[in-house]
Amino acid sequence: MHHGKYRFIVGLLLVPLAVYAVFVISPYVQAFPIAFTNWEGLSASYDYIGFGNFVTLFHDSVFWVALRHNLFLLVSLPIIIVTLSLFFSAALNYRGGVPGARIYKVVYFFPGVLSIAIVGVLWQFVFEPRNGLLNGFLRAIGLDSLARLWLGDGKTALGSIMAVVVWGGVGFYVVLFTAAMAAIPKELYEAALLDGAGAMQTFFRVTLPLIWNTVQTALAFQVIGALDMFALVKILSVGPGGPDDATQVISLYMYTNAFSYGKFGYASAIGVTLFLINMILTLLTFRLTRRERVEY
Amino acid sequence: MALLTSPSRSTAPAVPPSPGPVRSAVGSRVLGGVSQGFLLVWGAMVVFPLLWAVLSSFKSDQDIFTSPWSMPSRWRWDNFSRAWNESHIGSYFFNSVVVVCCGVVLTLLLSSAVAYVLARFEFPGSRVLYYVFVAGMVFPGFLALVPLFFVVQNLGLLNTYLGLILVYAAHGMSFSVFFLTAFFKTQSKELAEAGLVDGCSHWGVLFRIMLPLARPGLVSIGIFQFLGMWNEYLLPLVLNTDEKRYLVTQGLANIAVTQGYHSDFSGLFAGLTISIIPVLAVYLGFHRQISAGMTAGALK
Repeated sequence: MHHGKYRFIVGLLLVPLAVYAVFVISPYVQAFPIAFTNWEGLSASYDYIGFGNFVTLFHDSVFWVALRHNLFLLVSLPIIIVTLSLFFSAALNYRGGVPGARIYKVVYFFPGVLSIAIVGVLWQFVFEPRNGLLNGFLRAIGLDSLARLWLGDGKTALGSIMAVVVWGGVGFYVVLFTAAMAAIPKELYEAALLDGAGAMQTFFRVTLPLIWNTVQTALAFQVIGALDMFALVKILSVGPGGPDDATQVISLYMYTNAFSYGKFGYASAIGVTLFLINMILTLLTFRLTRRERVEY
Repeated sequence: MALLTSPSRSTAPAVPPSPGPVRSAVGSRVLGGVSQGFLLVWGAMVVFPLLWAVLSSFKSDQDIFTSPWSMPSRWRWDNFSRAWNESHIGSYFFNSVVVVCCGVVLTLLLSSAVAYVLARFEFPGSRVLYYVFVAGMVFPGFLALVPLFFVVQNLGLLNTYLGLILVYAAHGMSFSVFFLTAFFKTQSKELAEAGLVDGCSHWGVLFRIMLPLARPGLVSIGIFQFLGMWNEYLLPLVLNTDEKRYLVTQGLANIAVTQGYHSDFSGLFAGLTISIIPVLAVYLGFHRQISAGMTAGALK
């Protein structure tokens, strides 16, 4: 009986574990040693150069520009997206649900299921200087002076890409937050009302503390997302990384180093650095946003 | 009672309107109106670019340039056939269908096997195994990109359907194992035990009792994986550089980036529309499961 049980377990696990080990575990493990080599281009030979790549990285101005952009996105995107989503969720839940709340949620969520690559191509059209939707709209309402090159102008390029992230990201968090808000017992709202709390007070004193765990998860998601940004930046940037590296981010810089320049050792060092930053920031996010969980 | 003083409504509001002074009632109505306005504006901002793209795909290039805001003067279906054939969106579409369908099926097979074992059997190392699988959700895919490329290359699987399918399935396993383990744990042990008593083997219990019972869970995770794989961009970009094997997201992005706006604007819009429609259809058909599945992942 027991013999049969273990044969069954091994039989079921063998193939999945092999596939997972080869295509997921082994690449993660290999990334670290490769980061300490000078592996370049097509040659199969390479030497271990210790922390050489990391020293180079430290003096690489493009890396610092990219890192600065990532950190800027990391701070600004969560604030914008979470604030907007909380506002929309609260509005949808206003007095227990506005008319059409279900339709709003379906519509808002839609960009979230579209491929980021498709979203990128779509917005490339929206930002197109001559016939794009955005400049066309501005001209149509008489604001010609606001029409710009958007992606081609170093001053607006990164902001334009951020707008796309917000456009695509809000819906997911609206659904997430409304689900969390719906789980709050109605008695709490009635009690707040009897105590004379207004809509604002109710939101900040009742709703927000009770969904804080969900907000925290959302922030952690944003941290991971803000360090990636690859597909949008790759598709929307003019050239690799925008005019004058105006939209350069670490993931794109890593990709370019590996698959355009063939600097595999250097690219892996960027990957490992990105990984460490990611880990620190994720832990930090959970630390900073930790609060007593409110039981209800 | 607050509820009694509020105007009667068919649906009882969760937060009854304030019974207090008139000022606050007006205030809350204004607040409600303003927030409704913002909701509508955001809805329009989400829908408008999409609608514009779909409408533009029916126009001539001339129409797009001269009157980007009007309805098509003539509905040009030939944009679609041109995109499908000449821009190869058709064959990219076919590649995507092959890779994604096989990828989803393989992910479901592999992860339900793992999840079933982890949910039903205690054995040395089973906790560790669970965390090894779930950890894949947390690590950034970028870290492993360079080694992954060489793993696939060394196996001779670059630019093949099989390579992409295996990589997709392996990367889809983390979330699926996480989700399905929880799902199998909620299923009744009694049924499985009854099956064993009746002389079913472990395999028989799995295939005749547990998997059929797990259908709803498999369907949700299948839809979720379908969307994820259909929308994947980075993996095909790195592992699939043969233009004939391009997937639809990759192919479209490539056309848009390399050809720019000046060659075939309307054809590009048609290609964009073709790649949006299947996702839109799946989403509208299953939006409840999809948002539930995605938020379940986020609330882990």
